Amino acid sequence: MDQLSKIAEYANPDVLVTTEWLKNNMENVIVVESDEDILLYETGHIPGAVKLDWHTELNHPLRRDYLESEEFAKLMNLKGIGRQDTVVLYGDRSNWWATYAFWVFKLFGHENVMLLDGGRNKWIADGGEISKEKPTASSKDYPVVGRHDSEIRAFRDEVLQHIGQPMVDVRSPEEYSGERLHMPDFPNEGATRGGHIPTAASIPWSKSIQEDETFRPIAELEKLYFENTGYDRNSDFIAYCRIGERSSHSWFVLKYLLGVKNVRNYDGSWTEWGNLVGAPIATGSEPGLAA
Amino acid sequence: MTRAAEDIVADFQFLEGSDRLQLLLEFSEALPELDERYGDHPELLERVEECQSPVFIAVDGTAAKIVLHFSAPRESPTTRGFASILFSALSSHSADEILQLSDDFPTELGLDHIITPLRVRGMRGMLARIKRKTAELVAKDA
Repeated sequence: MDQLSKIAEYANPDVLVTTEWLKNNMENVIVVESDEDILLYETGHIPGAVKLDWHTELNHPLRRDYLESEEFAKLMNLKGIGRQDTVVLYGDRSNWWATYAFWVFKLFGHENVMLLDGGRNKWIADGGEISKEKPTASSKDYPVVGRHDSEIRAFRDEVLQHIGQPMVDVRSPEEYSGERLHMPDFPNEGATRGGHIPTAASIPWSKSIQEDETFRPIAELEKLYFENTGYDRNSDFIAYCRIGERSSHSWFVLKYLLGVKNVRNYDGSWTEWGNLVGAPIATGSEPGLAA
Repeated sequence: MTRAAEDIVADFQFLEGSDRLQLLLEFSEALPELDERYGDHPELLERVEECQSPVFIAVDGTAAKIVLHFSAPRESPTTRGFASILFSALSSHSADEILQLSDDFPTELGLDHIITPLRVRGMRGMLARIKRKTAELVAKDA
C-alpha cells in the first residue's frame, strides 16, 4: 500500500503528511523539529524549521508540570508561531518527541498541528534537503490561552479510578513485567518499584511503527489496539509509559489514526506511579486484577 | 584534573545556555575517526550501557600514555560530544591522571540544565568505564 492511500484510511488523515507534501507546502506551514537528541537540529534540519527543545522549553521550570498559558504564548512568539498557523512537527526516533510536542500543543488547544509521517529519518531517506541555517523568527502575538488538561491529560487519582478500564502500558515488555525499571539501553530514571498498573494491557509504542519509521496501516493498528485487547473506538483510554513521552506517541495513534474519542496521556507515568506510596502494582507478563 | 580537563570546564562555565550547546556541538564534530584497528574488530570495543545511544570505547597505550578510542553514530551528536570531551580531556595522558579525574567531571561542565539528567548520567557511565579499563590495563602491564 502506498503512503497516501495508507494515510487516507486513518480516522483523521489530515493530521499526517508525507515528505512529498511537505516539500510542496513549505511556504504555508511552520515546520518544527523536536528531537530526543537535543543537538540533532544543530547538525542540520529541514530548511526553515524551528527547533523546539522538549527538555528546556516545554516544562515548567520549578514544578513537575508543563508551561503555563503565558509562558506558552511567549514560547510561540519566540518561535514565530501564530495561533492560526499550521504547525508541522517532526523529529528523531520515529517522531517520539514530535508527538510529545504535538500533545503539548493540544493542551493549549492549538488547532492546526500536523505530523510528518516517518519523521526526520524518512525526510533524509527520501532525499529531503538539510540545512544548518537557523531561521529568524518574529513574534505573531500569540494570545494567552488556557491550558486544557482535562481532555487529554490524566492525573494519578484519575488513573487509580480507571483501573479495570482500557489502559495501555506502552513501555517495553521487561519494564511492564517489572524485570527492569527502565528501557533497555537507557539508565534507570528512578522508580522504586517495577511492574505495571493493574489491568493495563502491554502494547509497546514501537509496535505501531514500520521499518521506515512511518505508522503502520490502520488494519494493523486495529489489530494491535482493539482485537488483541477487546477495547474499541468507544473505549475511554489512558496511556502511560515512564515520563509520558512514549505514551504521547501511542496517544497520537489512538486518537488521530484510530479515531478513539477519549484518550488521555498519564504523563506522571511510571516515574510517579512506581514511587507512589500505597499505589497498587502488578508484576509479570499478565495484566493482573483490579483490587 | 588534567590541564585539558580544567580548560574544558572553564570554557563551558564561561558560556551561557545556547552557546554551551554550540560548544558541545563543536566537540561532537571534532571526535576523531575510529582507528581502523577497531573499525575492523568491533569486538575489541566495549559498549557503554549507560548511554541512550550506541557508543563503544576502547583503552590502549601504556601507563605513561593512555590512548582512548570511541565509536558513536553521527545521528547521536550529544553522545559524540561527550565522547569527544572525554577524549580531549584524557587521551594521551597518564593512567594516574585519568584515574584522578573526579567522577563529577560531567556535572562540572554545567550541562545539567540544558540536557537531560539521563544524558549526564550516560557520560558518567562513559567515564567510569574508561577509568575501569585504564586500571585493568595498568594492572595487566605491571
